[in-house]
Amino acid sequence: MLGPPELGWLVVAPVFGAVLAFLLRGRSWPLVVLFGSVTAATVGGLVPSIADLLRFGPLHYRVSGWGAPLGIELALDGLSAAFLLTTLVVVATATVYALGSLRPAANAPATPSAPISEGPQAGTFWPLWLLLWAGLNALFLSADLFNIYVALELVGLAGVALVATAGGLSALRAAIRYFFANGAASMVFLTGVALVYHAHGTLDLALLATRVAPGPTLSTALALMSAGLMLKAALFPLHPWLPTAHAVAPAPVSALLSALVVKAPVYLLLRLWLDSFRPLAGDPAFTLLGTLGALGMIWGSSQAIRSERLKTLVAYSTVAQVGLLLAAFPIVASAGTWIGIVFLAVGHALAKAAMFLASGGIAAAYGHDRIREMTGFGVRQPLCMYAFGIAGMSLVGIPGTAGFVGKWLLTTAGLSGPAAPWVAVVALSTLFTAGYVWRVLAVAVRSAPTPSGDLAVARLQSWPALLLALLTILLGVAPNLLGEIASVGIPSGPGGTMP
Amino acid sequence: MTSFALYPLAGVVVLTIGLWGLVTRPHLLTKVLAFNLTATGASLVLVGLAARPEGGTDPVPQAMVLTGIVVAVSATALALALIARLSRVDPGAVESSD
Amino acid sequence: MSWIDLLPPFILASSLIPGVMIFLLPESRHDLRTTLNMASAVVKVVAVGMLLAVVAGGRTPEWRWPLVPGVELLLQADELSLLFVTLSAGLWLVTTVYAVAYLEGSPQRSRFFGFFSLCVSATVGIALAGNLFTFLFFYEILTITTYPLLVHRGTRRALAAGGRYLAYTLSGGALLLVGTAWLFALAGPVDFVPGGGAIDELSRTRPTELRLIFALLVGGLGVKAAIVPLHGWLPVAMIAPAPVSALLHAVAVVKAGVFGIVRVVYSVYGVEAAGELGVLPWLAAFATATILFGSLRALVQDNLKRRLAYSTVSQLSYITLGVALANPLAFTGAIVHLVHQGLMKITLFFCAGNLAETLEVHRVSEMRGVGRRMPWTMGAFTISALGMVGVPPVAGFVSKWYLGAGALQAGHGWVVAVLVVSGLLNAAYFLPILKTAWIDTPARPWPERPEGRRLETAWMLLFPTLVTALLSLLVGLLAAAPFSPLAWAHRIALTVFAP
Repeated sequence: MLGPPELGWLVVAPVFGAVLAFLLRGRSWPLVVLFGSVTAATVGGLVPSIADLLRFGPLHYRVSGWGAPLGIELALDGLSAAFLLTTLVVVATATVYALGSLRPAANAPATPSAPISEGPQAGTFWPLWLLLWAGLNALFLSADLFNIYVALELVGLAGVALVATAGGLSALRAAIRYFFANGAASMVFLTGVALVYHAHGTLDLALLATRVAPGPTLSTALALMSAGLMLKAALFPLHPWLPTAHAVAPAPVSALLSALVVKAPVYLLLRLWLDSFRPLAGDPAFTLLGTLGALGMIWGSSQAIRSERLKTLVAYSTVAQVGLLLAAFPIVASAGTWIGIVFLAVGHALAKAAMFLASGGIAAAYGHDRIREMTGFGVRQPLCMYAFGIAGMSLVGIPGTAGFVGKWLLTTAGLSGPAAPWVAVVALSTLFTAGYVWRVLAVAVRSAPTPSGDLAVARLQSWPALLLALLTILLGVAPNLLGEIASVGIPSGPGGTMP
Repeated sequence: MTSFALYPLAGVVVLTIGLWGLVTRPHLLTKVLAFNLTATGASLVLVGLAARPEGGTDPVPQAMVLTGIVVAVSATALALALIARLSRVDPGAVESSD
Repeated sequence: MSWIDLLPPFILASSLIPGVMIFLLPESRHDLRTTLNMASAVVKVVAVGMLLAVVAGGRTPEWRWPLVPGVELLLQADELSLLFVTLSAGLWLVTTVYAVAYLEGSPQRSRFFGFFSLCVSATVGIALAGNLFTFLFFYEILTITTYPLLVHRGTRRALAAGGRYLAYTLSGGALLLVGTAWLFALAGPVDFVPGGGAIDELSRTRPTELRLIFALLVGGLGVKAAIVPLHGWLPVAMIAPAPVSALLHAVAVVKAGVFGIVRVVYSVYGVEAAGELGVLPWLAAFATATILFGSLRALVQDNLKRRLAYSTVSQLSYITLGVALANPLAFTGAIVHLVHQGLMKITLFFCAGNLAETLEVHRVSEMRGVGRRMPWTMGAFTISALGMVGVPPVAGFVSKWYLGAGALQAGHGWVVAVLVVSGLLNAAYFLPILKTAWIDTPARPWPERPEGRRLETAWMLLFPTLVTALLSLLVGLLAAAPFSPLAWAHRIALTVFAP
């Protein structure tokens, strides 16, 4: 079913916005207007598209009216829509935070929270930010493997550059490391794409779903693509680049990176393994994915508990949560429905963004993010504490949050099939996650506060985090808001694709 | 048939050398070179597989490679810009990354 | 849906909404906060009264809130729910008065009373839950909302105790989640039915799985119900301020655990199925071990609150044992002990709080002659302590009588022996306290009460203590009356053990 033309705005608006932002060179008020316009355009693109999606089912859209294989086709189904909505919400909120945390001078001491807003580098932050958004939207709308590759590159390179905007030695080193990991992953992925094209002569995901059959070429292709995606998603043991990169970046950048940029490869793995390439994915492969995921969850959580700095803790939490998402793959494979993992992923995106924004606020107030030296921050920065706490509850999976909905769906799905051991991983993740969430909250509540932490933290820096955290509660008590959208176009039954 | 397989195989070899260099070499500029090797390798695989036995080539992979080259160039530019700034801040860091 | 169906969620909202409002209050608005607290507690009691009237009139309020397809929150009001919700609402009102006085002058009262209100909302949700999923939902929320109260003082010891509490309760919660999800996967949403039996079919076809599920459910619930060896969190949780210990760790949290066990055995599995599966003897064994262990450990505690905590551990398992005996009289004794033990234990903790607040007395050894300085408090203590030992006519005697009678009727004479032994142990650790308080002479003279003060301590601390002590006496004296807890328990037993 042909989608509305507004669908294209989702990619075009941020790109145009990026060009305009480059010309604006970081001046505040025009920027706000620009962002408002881009956000409005995105909302204007999403609303009719989702309305059509709910009424008619999965949509596709031909850019400039040219169809495949030479033209670019975009596709929107429930899974994409869920991620697009999440992207919109997280980016908009993080933008508010970023606007509120602009540093006045490029020479101001680097704190782990604010990007540089003026001076020669200012002109680069906002265009990169908007390009990242454009890339994410393009990725979630892509219907063929090469478009996915290009979008992955856009997202990756923008992410690398955004990490570097924090300024300072450690940011540069982290950005360079991220660059190489990302670059290697992309090339491996591209090689896999080449093999797919060679085997079937098409890269269109929907067409591939009908043509794919087990064979050595395709298995190699899937393995290569998955390896690239796993590296980009920082799945254990390919994760070492992530903690430094996400910890050192400015807080709003970390929020986008952990919440969205790392989710995109997971989304792609879902698409490949459970949709287009389903016939190739056998039980041993899922077991491997699940095992790596479980190990990642355990490793990430234990490193998080031991972290000295708050943002490092949150970054390791991302490693752990990505591990959890991958550990859920065997459950999704046997149950055939991915609603549970969607809730888990969306919940994590909202919660993780909230956590990073809250950490940014706390770091701005104390001038640093060393956990031991911010005891009692609950008194000085209560909004940040509540945001962090509520987000933590969603990650742990307390009822009333999106995370619980995801865990419940996965647990019931897993127990009705042969995927029972993976249910244990999901249940265990509750405890591991609680370990590091509790650590931060205990520091917050401690009655012997560090005698500082009163640096003025703009309102704009505290409320976005709390808003995102409250959204996880909204999704937890009214999940159908998302559930209905995300269910459109789900492959039905174990191993089935929609007819 | 073998000659058709030669280019893709060579591409895989180049890709592998590039990956190996990326991982093992400490000097950042060498890593960038290695990254370019991986890009070249991937492109070679794509183009190599574009050959049609019955003559002529498939233009789609060639179009993809053009895009890939553009991407690789931009990426390299970004990497070099970062490394240049790093060398201004801490000259020794370029020789031995962590 | 008529207005009576909205009563259950209204009762929940009567503390949830004020709770959220209290969070937003600035710390300095004492009067407004106290007004909100009291008002919400009174409104709740009134609403519960209305619920009782409505149900007595023969109506059955029911409120459903769908979450995901096939899963819904269900609040309803059967006899068992009514008992628990009345107990909770009534004791909450009393404790609110006490807590306002106890925390006079402490920091962070908005946070405390905010979470206090959330806790009672969760407890009401547990009481009114109509299916296992809803029970799990509010049970886990209770875990999280009690934590900030437990660690309110923010000291290192408090935080360590809080960490331990979370470790135990979240692990229990994970077990409960897996058990509930498994049962859901096998049998769909299982609504609570008086007398159970919804899974009779399954107990014949899949007995092993149902036994495992039972173990998971009771294991998860057993943490809060302080069944040995899952009780370890309770004694250290005594670090909390006295109102928290009194209500939550002597009444609400632990009662939620035991209430859950009652629900699982009698509203889900049913007596026949549980008997066929052979799980009840195990439950009885653990309960017996807990009764004896708790009493023995209480003997050696000098810290008053810890002694009371171990006494709670022991007394709770009276209820568990009564549940496991599967006999109408024993069941009646167990259910009525829910109420009686709650009243007596809360009185004891209020007294402990009074002693600590007024005279800084925390240990039994410091209580020499305190009866002359604080006669009313120690009078209340004496009444409740005698009730715990089982001296008529205080409440405890009634429950033990029924437990023993039921045990004999069921042919389990050994239970009577256990009751006798534990009664002697109770005497061994309560009577010396009474002697110390009334008969011994203090090492140093007690500080005189401040000039102009007629009462031995703040009236808001004393009044609730006397009220609950009086109630403990009355429910025993008037046990034969038609509106007594005992009569209520009889009625519940009739619905459960229908011929």
